[in-house]
Amino acid sequence: MTISANHAAPHQAGTAPHEDALTEAVKKFGITAEDYMLPARHQIQMVAPDGRLIPEGEQGTEPGHEYPLPGDEELLAAYEQLVVGRRVNDQNSALVRQGRMAVYPSSHGQEACQVAAALCLADGDWMFPTYRDAVAVMTRGVDPVQVMTIFRGDWHGGFDPLKHKVGIQCTPLTTQLLHAVGVAHAAKLRGEDTVVLAMCGDGATSEGDFHEALNFAAVFHLPVIFFVQNNKYAISVPLAHQSVAPSLAHKAVGYGMAGERVDGNDVVALLAVLDRGVKLAREGSGPLLVEANTYRMQAHTNADDDTRYRESAEVAEWRAKDPVNRMRTYLSDRGLLDDAAEARILAKAEDVAAQLREGLSEDVPVDPQELFRHVFARTTPQLKEQSAMLADELARDAAASSQEAGK
Amino acid sequence: MSPTITTSSEANGNVSAATARAAASAAASAEAVGPQPVTMAKALNTALADAMHADSSVLVFGEDVGTLGGVFRITDGLTKTFGEQRCFDTPLAESGIVGMAVGMAINGMRPVIEMQFDAFAYPAFEQIVSHVAKMHNRTKGAVKLPMVIRIPYGGGIGGVEHHCDSSESYYAHTAGLKVYTPAAVADGYRMLREAIDSDDPVVFMEPKKLYWSKDPVDLGELRRVHEEGLGAEGTTAGLGSEGRAAVARPGTDATLIAYGPSVPTALAAAEAAAAEGRSLEVIDVRTIVPFDDATVCESVRKTGRAVVIAEAHGFASVSSEIVARVQERCFHYLAAPIRRVTGFDIPYPAPKLEKYYLPGVDRILDAVDDLQWEN
Repeated sequence: MTISANHAAPHQAGTAPHEDALTEAVKKFGITAEDYMLPARHQIQMVAPDGRLIPEGEQGTEPGHEYPLPGDEELLAAYEQLVVGRRVNDQNSALVRQGRMAVYPSSHGQEACQVAAALCLADGDWMFPTYRDAVAVMTRGVDPVQVMTIFRGDWHGGFDPLKHKVGIQCTPLTTQLLHAVGVAHAAKLRGEDTVVLAMCGDGATSEGDFHEALNFAAVFHLPVIFFVQNNKYAISVPLAHQSVAPSLAHKAVGYGMAGERVDGNDVVALLAVLDRGVKLAREGSGPLLVEANTYRMQAHTNADDDTRYRESAEVAEWRAKDPVNRMRTYLSDRGLLDDAAEARILAKAEDVAAQLREGLSEDVPVDPQELFRHVFARTTPQLKEQSAMLADELARDAAASSQEAGK
Repeated sequence: MSPTITTSSEANGNVSAATARAAASAAASAEAVGPQPVTMAKALNTALADAMHADSSVLVFGEDVGTLGGVFRITDGLTKTFGEQRCFDTPLAESGIVGMAVGMAINGMRPVIEMQFDAFAYPAFEQIVSHVAKMHNRTKGAVKLPMVIRIPYGGGIGGVEHHCDSSESYYAHTAGLKVYTPAAVADGYRMLREAIDSDDPVVFMEPKKLYWSKDPVDLGELRRVHEEGLGAEGTTAGLGSEGRAAVARPGTDATLIAYGPSVPTALAAAEAAAAEGRSLEVIDVRTIVPFDDATVCESVRKTGRAVVIAEAHGFASVSSEIVARVQERCFHYLAAPIRRVTGFDIPYPAPKLEKYYLPGVDRILDAVDDLQWEN
């Protein structure tokens, strides 16, 4: 059976006057629509774990699944962000141990995904991260201390989503994918060329909103890149308990969109795949599903003990595939990274870490009246009453303690 | 691409001064002058059309709302008038509809979405409770969600299971949502337009047994009042129905407090009581959230007696909340305990049994008789 290349709903007819990537691939390579939508037989990988560039014929590419190597400048920028991201992850985990942050779900080991997710987007694009994607949000340009506010405990979020075009992080799974679809849909209706990158993990692909978001994006032919970081565990539950699909990227064909698998610890391959995905989406080729094959090197959060559900040998195996070391070797071997550049990047990472230590050790004053201020755009008489009640309570407490102090 | 779709003039700082409101005047001439018999369905349909004329960021979507015009025809003609980009059918997935609306509202639109029936909205519960209700608070007001979730609700239409739920208590219990429910036809128009103009998310509960009830209404006049009432910032803040209950029938002896589908039942009970020499005041709550304590309590302090009427199960419900609030505020004025007439605490019954479940005139009059008149 061949899947029709054009099964858009009637109201989308005529929205893509150009020849899209699918039609082009079908014509150029003689492949079927399924061949285009199904991921390539092997994951896309450009730099091996030991840092050597993989020869062109062995990168996993196929006709219709070809990705040009990103430019050196982009790769150097990515490396810098990898180093900063790693430092941020480890600094935040330390701050949790010191009791200065309530919790931090670290993306240690997944920094290549974090960095590529942010760098593939243009300023006008949107990103919808999960709670584990703080490094991606930072790489997008949000102030690191503002990003960590959610984990510091004085409010649910610390940055303005509209200013940065980044969805606010929170803990329900895949609900943000639908928000991404809505943002893309609104932009499309206004004739804007916004692309939206929507992130989730492997466990989250079991959620109903994952299905609804992919289907809506496909039916409305929206420029959304669904970026799944398959880090192998949903807290303790391994991927085999979530899905027995050949891969998570294979789910794409069921929605009539293209899927691709990529080495999630190879920032070169990630940028190659995501850059092309963003370009195609912007040109009107509809949504895309990218599965990044990576690994959560640390426990789910500090509240979790990962020795209860996985072997240390498995963790060691993935340590050898580290995304930061791999990129350092690759760039050094190519003569793009000397000691001076490395030192400058490490110093920058230390600056960000210092900024976090300072920002998160600050005893941020909280305003109890803030509790009532943002519930509604137009508040209610009931909230005014309750706000007055709390103010009165606090005034009586203050009076009592000053009386106490005066004794 | 439609070049006519612009960003909402108020939402999320994407200010577009050029938001088209001009087309509204074109529609203004369509209706006959003076009050005409108008159904609730027509009033709601007209409100949607007028809001879409007034603001190109208003979008309507849901299941069967396009070509069919909705299973209750509330969106009839909107696709034809405004095109498939502004009124369209979605895949059959309620969480998807609400979640996509959240994203559209984040990105400058004013989505008005339809949940086909009360019980069909439950798949969307997580989006409504965890995001629609919390986004403004979570972002310290940076992100507003000017969206309306229309839900036909309640029984009395002989519907099969899952088509007759009174689900308002779930939404009313959720902090961050406003819950409107019109009973009078004019309120259907007025309150839906206010809900669409609101920068807060509104769950708009439409009593489905009242869709075909008629009142003499001048839609042209309602439109004029609504559009001229728009203030400098384009809002009706302080002027509208939100948080303002209506005295649906004045009276002196006892107060019947009702909302949505129960208002006509309460009015019929007051009419019957009048024949027996008892003057009952009927309060139509109109917006459950925010609740109008002032109007309700003013009436109860005057009459000294109250019965709260609602189709929903009584246990842990909007009706329990109303009783608690009135008791806290009017205790010393009460001549008798406040009574409730509600649905039984059972799953909504099959069509042939619903008459035993629904609050009716006799049950209301029995409750009124119990209000210790001998004191």
